[in-house]
Amino acid sequence: MNCRSEVLEVSLEGRQVDEALLALLHTILLHRSTGKFHYKKEGTYSIGTVGTQDIDCDFIDFTFVRVSSDELDRVIRKAVAEFKDALGNSGSDGMGQISLEFYQKKKSRWPFSDECIPWEVWTIKVNVVNLANEQERQICREKVGEKLGEKVINIVEVINRHEYLPKMPTQSEVDNVFDTSLKDVQPYLYKITYQITDSLGTSVSTTMRRLIKDTLAL
Amino acid sequence: MDSDLSPQDRKDLDKFIKFFALKTVQVIVQARLGEKICTRSSSSPTGSDWFTLAIKDIPEVTHEAKKALAGQLPSIGRSMCVEISLKTSEGDSMELETWCLEMNEKCEKDIKVSYTVYTRLSLLLKSLLAITRVTPAYKLSRKQGHDYVILYRIYFGDVQLSGLGEGFQTVRVGIVGTPIGTLTLSCAYRTNLALMSSRRFERTGPIMGIIIDHFVERPLSNTALLHPCNYRAPVEEEGGAYAGVEDSQEVCTTSFSTSPPSQMAVPGKEGGVPQVLLQPSHGTQADHGRAPSCPTADMPHQAPPSSCSSGDADVLSRSSELKSASPSDVLETTFTRKVGAFVNKPTTQVTTASLDLPFAAFAPKAYDLEENDPMVHPPASPTPSSPLQGSLHSQSSSQSGGQAQDDFVMVDFKPAFSKDDLLPMDLGTFYREFQNPPQLASLSIDISAQSMAEDLDSLPEKLAIYEKNIDEFDAFVDTLQ
Repeated sequence: MNCRSEVLEVSLEGRQVDEALLALLHTILLHRSTGKFHYKKEGTYSIGTVGTQDIDCDFIDFTFVRVSSDELDRVIRKAVAEFKDALGNSGSDGMGQISLEFYQKKKSRWPFSDECIPWEVWTIKVNVVNLANEQERQICREKVGEKLGEKVINIVEVINRHEYLPKMPTQSEVDNVFDTSLKDVQPYLYKITYQITDSLGTSVSTTMRRLIKDTLAL
Repeated sequence: MDSDLSPQDRKDLDKFIKFFALKTVQVIVQARLGEKICTRSSSSPTGSDWFTLAIKDIPEVTHEAKKALAGQLPSIGRSMCVEISLKTSEGDSMELETWCLEMNEKCEKDIKVSYTVYTRLSLLLKSLLAITRVTPAYKLSRKQGHDYVILYRIYFGDVQLSGLGEGFQTVRVGIVGTPIGTLTLSCAYRTNLALMSSRRFERTGPIMGIIIDHFVERPLSNTALLHPCNYRAPVEEEGGAYAGVEDSQEVCTTSFSTSPPSQMAVPGKEGGVPQVLLQPSHGTQADHGRAPSCPTADMPHQAPPSSCSSGDADVLSRSSELKSASPSDVLETTFTRKVGAFVNKPTTQVTTASLDLPFAAFAPKAYDLEENDPMVHPPASPTPSSPLQGSLHSQSSSQSGGQAQDDFVMVDFKPAFSKDDLLPMDLGTFYREFQNPPQLASLSIDISAQSMAEDLDSLPEKLAIYEKNIDEFDAFVDTLQ
């Protein structure tokens, strides 16, 4: 099975980075989260309800929808903040990319650690621009809003192709497919990584941080 | 074509499509209300949240959608459309977008109805939630208010896009293949937002009546009515609520199985589709409309206070321009009498024994005072402060009558904690006198006008006197220093 990979590119002003990335990551996670599974006897399970929330951006003319889960929001915000800090500290021209990877765990025998097999990767390439005056900022506000709208349409288009999704797991296997650590929603297992690109366009050294959502490897 | 589909599957599929259509309408209309929507996640399924999504059902919208569908389902050649238009305060209107739920002939015979179709419909609803915030009409709807309002119209049949102007764009929200056809959800939206001054709706006059306040029943009422995209407490709240409850009791699929399937999914295409076979018992549960838990007060559809309170003024200001001339008895009671908050009807225990005591009203009385009581039935359906708080059972809390109405009504003032008018000087009388004191003589207009004229006339004389006595004034000022 090949991993599906999608790339989205956005050019933003510095203060728009947080909101734009939150908008796109949350839009993807909205589609890749379900309600909590409750396994019952006889191999049946029921699914909890996912609530949704409209979030207005302050620096972009845009509103996006995310799942109503403060826990999930905190995790995503933390990842985005780290990326933004890295982007600011790297001394690069403000180019970098953040990836949201959905994966499945495959149990391996001892002494080998579990395999993480990605099945869908979304990469958002960010290019930070500096604007000279308020008028440009206002135009940028609207333009970025429109761009994000286009990206949301792209995301929805990809998701509605109904390509590979992991099989619904049994109770014993659910942690190999879903992140069950949150109390209100259940996204597919995911991890967020990022890379900062230097001015030459190549990825700098090894600024690769992993926010690992699976259990520790052996 | 349908020969491979079992009767149970067919029944389930029809139900899924029906509720999908209803939820689609809810999502679209709620996205054009002009407010941020917020629903809560719940880890325990209630059985009333179709497609595992917390999408509130506004009863009027469900009612209109059902009226438009008239018991049919979107099928080949018969699409369900939701038209969103803008109407200015001057009466000009403009179609902004048309959302279409269509079915074509392309069937996916081997798809599992009970799980795959259901899950994909859920995914499509999520996509709809996302896309409804992206089209241009969303920003317009967030700014609706005094200058313009956003209206919606649901119709069934051929898609009409001519009102969208030239160069309209189309965005496809998604598709879901089913054994009886492929459902497609798309939106065509206007790109040319220059308002046309011609009264466009007149062209469609013979077909539909434009109704701003859809509580009014018109003689030409039919399924193609324009309705405002703002939420007021439904007039027939009880009736509407019951209809909503009835729907939600037609329980949605919440139970799935991980037991081995009886048929394989199409390889390659749905390699990851869970191999699910629904327990037969679940199907019958759905048929019998059993709700695992009561979808009433437990409905977790509550907006955070901040968004609700900010929405208050908007909702009320918008709805203030809607003249509710509803023939409904429930709404008519608001034009009669209204009881102040915390008022209880006098009970049979109230007595006249202690007239001289303060707060004698609270002393128990021997006889029944109900016949002396003016009509004190509180309005049964006050406007909730936000559409998101108008839960299915808000009518039970509406009896308090504490909500402000949009229109000014003449009320017989009955102050809080008061009793009837038996006492010569009770609280009510005191309030009335206190609030309507006689006008001060010096403030009456005639006298002030006269005195003003007199003042002006006598001004030169007064000035002359003051100049003459200027030395006295100076001496007085010196004493002060």
